Amino acid sequence: MGGHGPATEWGVDNASDYKSKLGVYMFIIYVLVYAGFIAINVISPKTMGVVVFAGLNLAIVYGFGLIVLAIIMGMIYNHLCTKKEDELNK
Amino acid sequence: MIYVASPLAIGIFVAFVLGVLGMSSFFARKTQSASGYYAAGGSIHWAVNGIAFAGDYLSAASFLGICGMIAFDGYDGFLYSIGYLAGWVVALFLVAEPMKRFGKYTFTDALNYKFNSKGIELASAISTLIVSLCYLIPQMVGAGDLVTPLLGLQHHWGVIIVGIIVIYIVATAGMTSTTYVQFIKGGLLVVFSTILSIAIFMNGINKIPYEEYHNFKTLTATVTDGNVTAVDDPTYTVAAVLADPKKPEKKFAKLQQDGINTWWSIAEKDGATVLKEALSVTKTADKKELYNGAPKADKRFYQVGHAAKIIMDGQEVEKTGPIGPFKFLATVQESEMVRFSKTLLEDGTDKVTVYSQNPTQGSDIMRPGLKFKVDKGSTFMSKLNFVSLMLALFFGTAALPHILIRYYTVPSPKDARKSTIVAIASIGFFYVLTVFMGLGAMINGVIDLNSSNMSAPLLAKFFGIFIFSCISAIAFSTVLGTVSGLIVAASGAVAHDLLTNYMGLQMTDKGQVTAGKVAAVCIGILAMILGIIFKGINVSFLVGLAFAVASAANLPSILMMLFWKKTTAQGIICSIFVGIVTSLAIILLSPSTYLDLYKTTAKAPIPLDNPGIVAIPLSFLTLIIVSLLTQKKEA
Repeated sequence: MGGHGPATEWGVDNASDYKSKLGVYMFIIYVLVYAGFIAINVISPKTMGVVVFAGLNLAIVYGFGLIVLAIIMGMIYNHLCTKKEDELNK
Repeated sequence: MIYVASPLAIGIFVAFVLGVLGMSSFFARKTQSASGYYAAGGSIHWAVNGIAFAGDYLSAASFLGICGMIAFDGYDGFLYSIGYLAGWVVALFLVAEPMKRFGKYTFTDALNYKFNSKGIELASAISTLIVSLCYLIPQMVGAGDLVTPLLGLQHHWGVIIVGIIVIYIVATAGMTSTTYVQFIKGGLLVVFSTILSIAIFMNGINKIPYEEYHNFKTLTATVTDGNVTAVDDPTYTVAAVLADPKKPEKKFAKLQQDGINTWWSIAEKDGATVLKEALSVTKTADKKELYNGAPKADKRFYQVGHAAKIIMDGQEVEKTGPIGPFKFLATVQESEMVRFSKTLLEDGTDKVTVYSQNPTQGSDIMRPGLKFKVDKGSTFMSKLNFVSLMLALFFGTAALPHILIRYYTVPSPKDARKSTIVAIASIGFFYVLTVFMGLGAMINGVIDLNSSNMSAPLLAKFFGIFIFSCISAIAFSTVLGTVSGLIVAASGAVAHDLLTNYMGLQMTDKGQVTAGKVAAVCIGILAMILGIIFKGINVSFLVGLAFAVASAANLPSILMMLFWKKTTAQGIICSIFVGIVTSLAIILLSPSTYLDLYKTTAKAPIPLDNPGIVAIPLSFLTLIIVSLLTQKKEA
């Protein structure tokens, strides 16, 4: 044995191009938000200390925001992918 | 610190370990094929796999390292949480489905599916081995650290126990039992961290965390000719005054009382010179260790961390009472906490580490800057280091071999995607909790200044021995699970990539399983030896190293193979080697390594601690240039 190939066989996925394009777009959106976080820290670190919401500063709100955004975007991505798969792989 | 083992802690720990071993034996009967050993037969449900991802990922570094770093340096520890989680976005959007579609057992399979190149097999197997070993060492060191408070055993026993159990788990049932160990552990870790956070909110913030908390003394000094010569408490005599070699304006006094030496930081207050009590660890020339001037067994080295001033809703209070999560953060932000600064002094032939009180404004604790210099005292290089770290964390996750192999345990690419989302949600939730657990440790007087890694378990101990025992047993199984995953990944690299594919050894399916198991035993033994050698090295430092190597060596190849049609096998091979060599070279010649590993104050040749910002682009560039140069050969 040896060689390559998937561990389990499954049918052709017609939604694969759509999914990989969608993935790239969503990745770019997240990268921009993440880069924004790094940029503020480097360029204007004091801004991170500004209280923005319920006594919480930007550092906490942005940091928690990045985590929550990853979860929300993941769910949106999965929803759109599943929809397309059901549509194209009948 | 000296720890006393409790029977309950030992009982819960033993029950955990027996459960894990029992499960392995159960699954062993099902694991007869190579697919079963390396990829759990591709039959794991996506939800189970998602939590198992969390189990794999929330290693000792996440739970012990991040909480400890937040407890010591505030928000800067949380930066790791943010970066580690953001890395999953790369995994989900770009890597998850293609990895599953193109691969079989190992990440090398996926990388090589188009090229069928011997060189790629060799390069990526080597990179898998290096990254896995870099990641294994801190897990083993963490295991050694944990058994001391839990079972009262010495460091090396922890390493040996983990090594033997893990070898048993992996060698009996491979990826199936590893997955279920990770699933149970990942789930329990999230549940118990939630319980611990709720306990922190119920407890609130108190200026005196508990009755027996150490009452720090301040003495007024008599200064003659600019030197401290006496203090207002006549039971103390001044034995020495030393300056911090790095910051000569910072001075420390050694005072003697009843034949015991203690260290004090010298400060000016209202025009007078005062001495503030500090903690110290002294290593004498004859290798004795003194804690606050006495042997460890005397228990003079107390736990610390408290609020100097608590401001809630604009009012100064003694304690807050039960408090909500947002209010907790807002109160810390307004208040003042006592952190401890570490200074290394040479007192004759003695090497003294002094931990002096450092009252810090909450507003500084709750934003980056205490550890990673981005604001006060920052330089171009310190900012570059920060960017570099955030880059490596972001790109490292999706390139870790033990994470990538988990994509082969589910039935389809769709399941790979869904399990990644479960992973992101559970890991993200846990990382939010790290802030509360870290700050909780900072203010509740539980910090052992000698070991930041113990902050979270010791915080649990503050809330009772039962929750401490559970948290410690989970933390220990965290190590077990992560080490098992890493050993499966590394044994796959040796047996599947190197022996079967690269060297072309013809093996039956059963033979492949045996090869994998033999490789697992060898790697396990190697990990035990390294875990003992590297005792005392910071766990997060070593994990950072693994991330840096993974992000520079593996990720450029994975991404370019997927998204750039002109990528060639030669490009991938060169990029992997350039990534490994540059990242390792920068790390080994960096200021942190000089200080933490070589223990020298000599100037490091490379001023950068985190190699990401140099190594990742260089690896990409190598891949592009070599691929363009080798286009014809491919055609």
